[in-house]
Amino acid sequence: MRKTRISTPIRYLINTALIVVLWVLLTVVISASGLKGEYYRGIMITIGINIILATSLNIVCGYLGQLPLGHAGFMAVGAYSGAIFMKSTPAAALLRAGNSAAVIPYLIIAVVIAAVVAGLFGLLIGIPALRLKGDYLAIITLGFGEIIRVVLTNIDSVLGFKVTYGASGLARIPKFTNFNVMYVFTVLILFLIHVFMKSRHGRAVLSIRDNEIASESVGINTTFYKTLAFVFSAMLAGVAGCLYAGYLGSLYPSTFKFMKSIEILVMVVLGGMGSMLGSIISAVVLTALPELLRSFSDYRMVVYSLALVLMMLFRPKGLMGTYDFSMGDTLERIIDRIRFGGKSRKEVQG
Amino acid sequence: MSNVLKCEHLRVVFGGLAAVSDFNIEVNENEIAGLIGPNGAGKTTVFNLLTGVYVPTSGVITLCDKDLAGMSTIARSHAGIARTFQNIRLFKDMSVLDNVTNSFNTKMKYSVLEAMLRLPRYWKEEKEARKKALDLLHVFNMEDLAYENAGNLPYGSQRRLEIIRALATNPKLLLLDEPAAGMNPAETENLMETIGKIRDRFHIAILLIEHDMSLVMGICERITVLNFGQVIAQGTPEQIQKDPVVIEAYLGKQRD
Ligand SMILES: Nc1ncnc2c1ncn2[C@@H]1O[C@H](COP(=O)(O)OP(=O)(O)OP(=O)(O)O)[C@@H](O)[C@H]1O
Ligand SMILES: [Mg+2]
Repeated sequence: MRKTRISTPIRYLINTALIVVLWVLLTVVISASGLKGEYYRGIMITIGINIILATSLNIVCGYLGQLPLGHAGFMAVGAYSGAIFMKSTPAAALLRAGNSAAVIPYLIIAVVIAAVVAGLFGLLIGIPALRLKGDYLAIITLGFGEIIRVVLTNIDSVLGFKVTYGASGLARIPKFTNFNVMYVFTVLILFLIHVFMKSRHGRAVLSIRDNEIASESVGINTTFYKTLAFVFSAMLAGVAGCLYAGYLGSLYPSTFKFMKSIEILVMVVLGGMGSMLGSIISAVVLTALPELLRSFSDYRMVVYSLALVLMMLFRPKGLMGTYDFSMGDTLERIIDRIRFGGKSRKEVQG
Repeated sequence: MSNVLKCEHLRVVFGGLAAVSDFNIEVNENEIAGLIGPNGAGKTTVFNLLTGVYVPTSGVITLCDKDLAGMSTIARSHAGIARTFQNIRLFKDMSVLDNVTNSFNTKMKYSVLEAMLRLPRYWKEEKEARKKALDLLHVFNMEDLAYENAGNLPYGSQRRLEIIRALATNPKLLLLDEPAAGMNPAETENLMETIGKIRDRFHIAILLIEHDMSLVMGICERITVLNFGQVIAQGTPEQIQKDPVVIEAYLGKQRD
């Protein structure tokens, strides 16, 4: 047991300071890189989107212990609903006039819409799929992801008017996702996942993963908590989709193919299922690496599968296992080391 | 003395085989009752019927005069039945403390939103839960292990933690499925003390399955003997030890 105890407000303060420092660092890197800065900014925004996608999938995949294969579907739902809303607002004109502050309220509404719509789809799929025991979730989410893509491609001809612009793509979406927006949302979502998991609800989710029968025996409503975790995960994927739409400015159904879901899954598995830090690290590495090694980008899937195979052989629990990082805990441990040297726990207590 | 658990003519059939038939039992408040019988006699099946894992083919189960028919495992936990498992089922990747606080889930009231915004009720209830869990761990001399991973505990402590986790649901009836299985004599001795302590301190009814005869005869006030799903004897330890049917069916087998 650690002897040093850092109180909760101090922990929050330390974390906030670190977040600000990282923001300053990244901003300096971008502005100091001249022409290349724009390129770095793009990579960082993509990394942010992938961090949200991976950590949100990790809720169901790592913490709940189920296998969903349609994360890209929820991302698509969020992307299209957020984008269609933004197109109906004066956001584009405001952005052209350089008034990005005035866009913020629209942006927040768009993100909320994306989260709610993706969450509703999550509910629709989660309730029937999660009531069954077994691997139904994988099959049902797989089907869902494909259905969403087909619907997005063909819905216009069914409706008789333009909504998604089918395979030719939804264009001229106001580009509201800049680096700061991305940074704030990434931090916010990581925080939300963290506080969710550190609550009675998060504990219930973890206990279901560890032993569903035992969870029921202590009164945990397993169906409710499975659905809750699934919907929460879908909502965050929706937010990621919305920010993605606001970054690219155009959307194509083909982006949200089955392989996109697998890509996100690979990030989670490589990072270690149930480790938020693992998901973050592998999202960063697997986004930055292909970018930095542009010439190899054709081999990306080969690299992914190789990495997966190697990981399964040498670190079957993923990079970080189920370890979750806490700045406060780490500091406590370091301070303990400094105060008490390498002495064992018992000596320290005695 | 009031009746906590009462089973009347309980019967369950799996594909033509009656795993349990005409099972009757009464367990009172403050009582430790034993359920014994050879392997495959249907003891665990009785627990699964009581906790709603299996639906009885016929028969009535009442908990404090409340009929449990049609209630799920979850609802029965809320009604006051808690259990441990023959094969340990801990939340292995969670801390010992979290294994216990998880049992308070339904008694805690803060919503998801309150948790995410970390509103006062979140802090208050979490603090209370942690304190209650540590107190409970303290009773069983396990508070030093509170922050260990449950999966890393030694075997005896895992069994003990399972009991604590069950107790944390604040049950009226505690079902222990072979709590001494795999324990050495010293650990078993220790466990007997623990079970006595639970009864004295929490005033609940305890029904336990056990193969260790010294444990069963030592702490149970009344014993029910099952063989091939049938109750073959019921009574005090002295009566059971003398019962020729039991000796033939069960104890006799051990002498061979
Ligand atoms: N779900 C089920 N389906 C079919 N048969 C079952 C089922 N559950 C239990 N049985 C059968 O019921 C009988 C009683 O099993 P049970 O597990 O209750 O025995 P037990 O008395 O707990 O034995 P042990 O001392 O070995 O734990 C066994 O023959 C078992 O095969
Ligand atoms: Mg058994």
